[in-house]
Amino acid sequence: MHFWTEVKEGLMIALAALRANTIRSVLTTLGIIIGIWAVTVMAAGIDYINRAFDRSASAFGTDVMYVEKWPWVSGEDWWTFRNRRNFKVEYADQVERQATLLSAVAPVLNTRRALRFKDRTMDGAMITGTTEAYINASGNTQIDGRFFSAEEASGGRPVCVIGATVKDNLFPDEDAIGKTIRIEGHPYTVLGVFEKQGGLFGEFTSDNRVFIPLHSFRSNFGGRQYVYVQARAISKELLEEAKLELEGIMRKIRKIPPGAPNDFSINQPDLLNNAFGPISLTIAFIGLFVTGLSLFVGGIGIMNIMFVSVTERTKEIGIRKAIGARRRSILLQFLVEAAILCLIGGIIGLLVAFVSVLIAGRVFDLDAVMPASVVVIATLVSLAVGLTSGFMPAYRAAKMDPVEALRYE
Amino acid sequence: MNVIELTNITKVYDMGEAQQVQALNGISLSIAKNEYVAIMGPSGSGKSTLMNIIGCLDTPTSGQYLFNGVHVSEMDDNDLARIRNKEIGFVFQTFNLLARSDALHNVELPLIYAGVPSAERKERARKTLEHVGLGDRIHHKPNELSGGQRQRVAIARALVTRPSIILADEPTGNLDSRTGEEIMELFEELHRQGNTIILVTHEAEIAEHAHRVVRLRDGKIESDDRIPESKRKVYAVKKAI
Repeated sequence: MHFWTEVKEGLMIALAALRANTIRSVLTTLGIIIGIWAVTVMAAGIDYINRAFDRSASAFGTDVMYVEKWPWVSGEDWWTFRNRRNFKVEYADQVERQATLLSAVAPVLNTRRALRFKDRTMDGAMITGTTEAYINASGNTQIDGRFFSAEEASGGRPVCVIGATVKDNLFPDEDAIGKTIRIEGHPYTVLGVFEKQGGLFGEFTSDNRVFIPLHSFRSNFGGRQYVYVQARAISKELLEEAKLELEGIMRKIRKIPPGAPNDFSINQPDLLNNAFGPISLTIAFIGLFVTGLSLFVGGIGIMNIMFVSVTERTKEIGIRKAIGARRRSILLQFLVEAAILCLIGGIIGLLVAFVSVLIAGRVFDLDAVMPASVVVIATLVSLAVGLTSGFMPAYRAAKMDPVEALRYE
Repeated sequence: MNVIELTNITKVYDMGEAQQVQALNGISLSIAKNEYVAIMGPSGSGKSTLMNIIGCLDTPTSGQYLFNGVHVSEMDDNDLARIRNKEIGFVFQTFNLLARSDALHNVELPLIYAGVPSAERKERARKTLEHVGLGDRIHHKPNELSGGQRQRVAIARALVTRPSIILADEPTGNLDSRTGEEIMELFEELHRQGNTIILVTHEAEIAEHAHRVVRLRDGKIESDDRIPESKRKVYAVKKAI
């Protein structure tokens, strides 16, 4: 009760003091506004990158394995991978036949070709040759229309399924299904459109790709492309067992003697997470350190102005002490004042940051948001900055000698 | 029992370079409840130092100070603050009101530090302001009040905690003589109502109102006289204040 009465008195004094020195308060608070703004925008940015990464990684399918000549992430010597034997399209069938823990296996070939529909063109789209199994052996299953069938795949029919970006480029205002596009002159009829995946790995998601039957791919674009195999475990829980089984089958296919190392890599989206984790942590650390520095400078500004405020109000401190204010009361009064300054700055900084993030989201078409945790933390941090930087000045005020303070003019 | 019991109080100020100033040199003084005492002396006589010690703003270098029978000389800052808050009402020459607060809030202030709840605080402050004749000025800020009115606010602030003593330091020093008289009249009324009043002044005319005059010189008590009723300057008992 007593404590809160004094906090309330501190609040009233603080607000009166802020009113009395508006310009000074605004300028001082500016430091905190900028500091909190920088920190929260940085935090929102980091949050966005992390979420985008998670989403991108899940687009690969968390239970999908990518068997390839090359590993996605490795610190080892490039040459050991370079010298591995190339993959063959037939592996997919062989794996499929022997596996018990895999629900779908698909071979994948990629190449880059130009696309055209009427007078619209698109350069550098990724053309993927695969089988009907792909739709079940990948992370993206949301499709408008349909994927090609086993008959269409084995017959090498001129049909295709396109990604969202391809659709936007070639068919900005119309339906794509049923239309015939040309991939380097070869006609392909669109059967379906994949839902937009977005994320950081635009190249590797379905967005920028055109999927066509493998046979058609080989006859039109040659068979000497980089080949890999996508395989999906029958369930997430059995992913590890499925991976072991896959590894065994691949060793058999590739005729690797017992004891020799694998000459292939089984890549999983989790690997990306493992590789990205430390990077994201470093970005977060450096980003928050640099922006935190600006908040620190803001805190110094608060400390400075609080020292001025204490000196200016020496007489007032003397009066308050004479009529019975204890050290604690005076300390509280100035701490509350510093905390209020910082809190106001923090809230304004948060509002500005909120608007900045909103605008950035609009302009760059990102689904960036201000996480609630950041709002709470930023508010607490600004309060803490106020209390920390206000402490020294407040302590000086609290331990003033009442006789000296009363004599001050 | 005496409210104030000073025994052999000394106060030495360290001025640095091994230079010391003896402001008080063995003061012994007792003041009983409902006394009206003037402490007089030329500047440099030590009366301000004595007032600071009596008012618990400062502690003596040596000697014993009993306030209502309690040792004050060995108290720490917080205890002294509590005594100042509850037992002593200060009235200063320069009023020392908070410029940004209105009369009511100025008077409320000691009650805030005493932890009195808001509603009771406002009621008591308002009543005390009425008591000193400022019932219609409670929401005026100091710069909207005359000197005499400001001093009345200060007196209300001193009275509001119902302290054991009222300690007034040259309360009329910044007022014209007519307003000064009014303030002295108010003090007399307060004394009549049972308050203990200690007046620090260098003006003989002001001291004439008191019932007892203590004169200081060079840090010592030069004289301590009770003023017979015939010599007091007494206002005719007038209208209630």
